[in-house]
Amino acid sequence: MQMHNTIRDEVLLDVRSLETHFYGEESVTHALGGISFQIMKGETVGVVGESGCGKSVTALSILRLLPKLTARTVGGEVRFHGQDLLKLSEQEMRKIRGGKIAMIFQDPMTSLNPVYTVGHQIAEAIQIHTGVSRSSALTEAEEMLRFVRIADPERRVSNYPYEMSGGMRQRVMIAMALACSPELLIADEPTTALDVTIQAQILRLIVDLKERTGTAVMFITHDLGVVAETCQRVIVMYAGRIVEQASVMDLFARPMHPYTQALMHSVPDRRRGRQSRLPEIPGIVPNLRDPIIGCSFAPRCPFAIDICREKTPVLRDIESGHAAACWRSEEIVCA
Amino acid sequence: MAGYILRRLVSTIAVMVMVGIFVFLLLRLAPGDPAAMIAGRSATEEMIAGIREQLGLNDPMPVQFMHWVGDMLAGDFGTSILAGRPVLELLSQRLEPTLSLAILTMILAVTIGVSFGVLAAWRAGGFVDRILTGFSALGYSVPVFVIGFFLIYFFAVRTHWLPVQGYVPMSNGIALWFMHLILPTVTLGLGFIAFIARVTRASMLEVLSEDYMRTAVAKGASSYAMLFHHALKNAGVPILTVVGISFAYLIGGVVITETVFNLPGIGRLVVDAINNRDYPIIQSVLILTSGLYVLINLTVDLTYMLIDPRIRY
Repeated sequence: MQMHNTIRDEVLLDVRSLETHFYGEESVTHALGGISFQIMKGETVGVVGESGCGKSVTALSILRLLPKLTARTVGGEVRFHGQDLLKLSEQEMRKIRGGKIAMIFQDPMTSLNPVYTVGHQIAEAIQIHTGVSRSSALTEAEEMLRFVRIADPERRVSNYPYEMSGGMRQRVMIAMALACSPELLIADEPTTALDVTIQAQILRLIVDLKERTGTAVMFITHDLGVVAETCQRVIVMYAGRIVEQASVMDLFARPMHPYTQALMHSVPDRRRGRQSRLPEIPGIVPNLRDPIIGCSFAPRCPFAIDICREKTPVLRDIESGHAAACWRSEEIVCA
Repeated sequence: MAGYILRRLVSTIAVMVMVGIFVFLLLRLAPGDPAAMIAGRSATEEMIAGIREQLGLNDPMPVQFMHWVGDMLAGDFGTSILAGRPVLELLSQRLEPTLSLAILTMILAVTIGVSFGVLAAWRAGGFVDRILTGFSALGYSVPVFVIGFFLIYFFAVRTHWLPVQGYVPMSNGIALWFMHLILPTVTLGLGFIAFIARVTRASMLEVLSEDYMRTAVAKGASSYAMLFHHALKNAGVPILTVVGISFAYLIGGVVITETVFNLPGIGRLVVDAINNRDYPIIQSVLILTSGLYVLINLTVDLTYMLIDPRIRY
């Protein structure tokens, strides 16, 4: 499971056997079934998978932002600079949130507080973590707006969110997240809710700012195209587990898990012509309330054999730096 | 916005004219001749006729109405039949106890009600929340006079901690003044605390599940900043509405509370005036409270803009 090609780099985030449950009226949903991965300093890691596979839950578990009444992280460790975030007090955790690890969310239309100016909201983050005065925080906020390339920041700083477009609000979210120079930025589908043309701009902005600040980025998306454009390494998730982990080059060249292969085939392809059906992965995502016996992808997998339905495959290195959780990875890799 | 305020002021005048007509007719349509009432039982026909002439009761109704309105605009609210003194003078003498009670009650109801509601929403289903549910059922259903006598019995008669009733003006010492107002304020305030807390809780619950609340936590905001800075302002519009409504209801509640605690306020003055058919006092108080009510409504509507920048008129 070690990433050999990056082992010389310093580990920033080390997630070990993270397990999160959601509690319903009568049932427990195993949203995360013990996942482990690392993010190096300054690295960009993509986390991909279908809706409900646990991408966002992973992010929320790391920052301990899960809804308190319905969800709990029941096992594992989230080591940040070697320190387990799950063991910190709420007060210590507040210093991490927004200071060392920042997050931007999917929907910029609803993620900003409607009754405060954007300048106020960025300045608040700065004030919480640096304790500077309100006025100098506001000056910095204006500087941050310029940093995320919002035109006319002197005027925009006193705008309310409703006076801005979706793309601009996501820029504000990015400015707020980067205001305290975090070491890790978690971007949870930051472009999904935006127009296609704006999506490209925001992606480019994140990549560019990442280059300039050296922040590590955990990029959550369901779009493999976004991963290819922005990330160095990819984690593929399915039904609350990591099924494949590799560098972007390796993953696209030689996908080793049938699910990853299916994901790649389900990207619409112009060359296949208009008459053909949109490709899809047959079957449905398993219900995580029932205990899963064997590989969770087996019911939808064209390569499934008896062992797949009986024993759960663990994530193992198939090649150096390329891990997959599949009994038949070696056989299907060239298939 | 200036246009909106102007429109609101115009409609306020319209409302006040309606109220004025109603209050004016109240006196003319009530059984009995006001002149005969003023003159008293042993009055002769000539005396009554003299009073009629003096009061202008022989003029056509519209002329009487215009006179009446004109006098009020000039600051003359008439003369009390019973006391024989200007109504405005009587009212101003009674203003301090009533204002003291009303303002203290609002302060109590808003501070306790809002913080109770915020805490209940923060830990919905928890301890504070369950207490609030039980307490508000009580606060709603038990009438003011029952709560009043109950509190008097326990905190004044039995324990002698607080005075049973009566009022001490502020000029005789703030502490004494305050001691006499604790029980009336709590009595009158309980229902409003329950009312404001319930609305605050509901409004906060909705806001707390919004995406921007998660953003606030993600940037490292404390629970206090989350609740009172990020959430409360967003939940503020419905809360402000019920605070406005409460203030209006308060005018009615004051009358009962002043009676229970024997406070020499405007409420008591009105009750006495009704018992004695002292129409000038009843009329003036009706007009003034209606005006106050309209004014509170206007203030509340304008304050919405301060809370939510998206509201523009």
